[in-house]
Amino acid sequence: MLNQHEIKETLHMIDREHLDIRTITMGVSLRSCAHPDPKTAAQKMYDKICTSAEHLVPVGEEIEREMGIPIVNKRISVTPMAIAAEASETEDYTIFAQAMDRAAKTCGVNFIGGFSALVQKGFTVGDRRLIASIPEALATTDFVCSSVNIGSTRAGINMDAVRLMGQTVKATAERTKDNGGLGCAKLVVFANAVEDNPFMAGAFHGVGEPECVINVGVSGPGVVYHALQDVKGQPFDVVAETVKKTAFKITRMGQLIAQEASARLKVPFGIVDLSLAPTPAQGDSVARILEAMGLEVCGTHGTTAALALLNDAVKKGGVMASGHVGGLSGAFIPVSEDEGMIAAALRGTLTLDKLEAMTCVCSVGLDMIAVPGTTGADTIAAIIADEAAIGMINNKTTAVRIIPAPGKKVGDMVEMGGLLGSAPVMPVHEESAAAFIARGGRIPAPLNSLKN
Amino acid sequence: MRAIVTVAGKDHVGIIAGICIALSENGVNVLDINQTVMQEFLTMNMLVDTSTSTVSFADISAALEKAGRELAVSVRIQREDIFEAMHRI
Repeated sequence: MLNQHEIKETLHMIDREHLDIRTITMGVSLRSCAHPDPKTAAQKMYDKICTSAEHLVPVGEEIEREMGIPIVNKRISVTPMAIAAEASETEDYTIFAQAMDRAAKTCGVNFIGGFSALVQKGFTVGDRRLIASIPEALATTDFVCSSVNIGSTRAGINMDAVRLMGQTVKATAERTKDNGGLGCAKLVVFANAVEDNPFMAGAFHGVGEPECVINVGVSGPGVVYHALQDVKGQPFDVVAETVKKTAFKITRMGQLIAQEASARLKVPFGIVDLSLAPTPAQGDSVARILEAMGLEVCGTHGTTAALALLNDAVKKGGVMASGHVGGLSGAFIPVSEDEGMIAAALRGTLTLDKLEAMTCVCSVGLDMIAVPGTTGADTIAAIIADEAAIGMINNKTTAVRIIPAPGKKVGDMVEMGGLLGSAPVMPVHEESAAAFIARGGRIPAPLNSLKN
Repeated sequence: MRAIVTVAGKDHVGIIAGICIALSENGVNVLDINQTVMQEFLTMNMLVDTSTSTVSFADISAALEKAGRELAVSVRIQREDIFEAMHRI
């Protein structure tokens, strides 16, 4: 039988250190729903999502009860809508976002991702229509998340798309200004987007994925933080080893839940995404882990090195614990969703420039950052371009989820509510990048040898 | 299905009896019990087998919670798998 210490350790992680399964995300292909009539297509999409995900929430709750571990979110991702909707004869794709939203509500999930387009090399007709529909789609739905991939290591960066997304982020903020620009919290601009990410707002069901799939995202910054309390002052070898062991244990939970959900739903298991995903709750922060390594405040000198160690050790520990690891896997650094990041940003130690440096070594990118409402589309596009360049050159996923909060200035707070948290408005550089963004065209794909 | 029942709270007469009655009423077999009392506080882990039970896992869980409330201790039941997954390779 398991010994008392082991049982106690597991219960402690769940009760006091916020160990949870962050999400069970069902990926559903909508490729079979194409139809020239948009209303028929939207109805087919609604029906297919509802049929596929009918049991997702009850099964998730059943597993939660039996295992005694919280499964915080049940979600759905679908085929990038620009592909699924392209055959429909309509300019406005909002109707499809609304069908997704209705399906999410019927199924009882709290987010549905995939109002997406992949334009790293160029636009199809459907891609352009989808991007043009994003502000309206996000303003008229509650649970729909949107993402656009504008660059990759193999294709380079589509700078026309970068410019367009700068404008789209601004338009979305404007269209949802009554909610503090909330629409932007559901819009991600990617480079090297992954096809099996279970986390929102960037989840979509990639074209190489099966008809239906179960992906699971684990979390547990609090558990890592507590583990590091026991190795204060010890060398980094010990820190890395401690993080690895903890990540292993966390990921084993994810693997178990993923297999269980897959078997009960009779849907193939895709991947476990072993990410440290913070929440605004006390004791569930990635920033506090970095500080536990010896930094006074997250964002000071040394933060990038601390994050590099953490991100790598999480992957090393988790990889052996799961049969298939995928998604974004690593440490997330969203500002508004992390109590320690919020504190560091309010203090002025954590700046946009430092966050950009951190995204070179974290799992994704600039995430949930509020900037002044007066920030121009060109500046946002330039931030996207910088971030995409980091992803392109370093062969990693990067993303920008930024909120130019209407009417807000530096130092104000933007309240998103729930898991999205609240973000302090951070300053951006005032100097213009307009002429740079106006060029358009493509930044060529990089050389993958002669690395220095 | 094997599950772990964990009980924690201030020690008093009848805790094990009360929990075991709730288990037996629901057809759950007790395989092993491990308990410690530290300064009046009891922690007890039981390994049980629910395959002999005719009611659902949720019903067993509810019955134990009810027994826990009556005995003023916290009780929960979880499948053994979650602990095995974390601590055994």
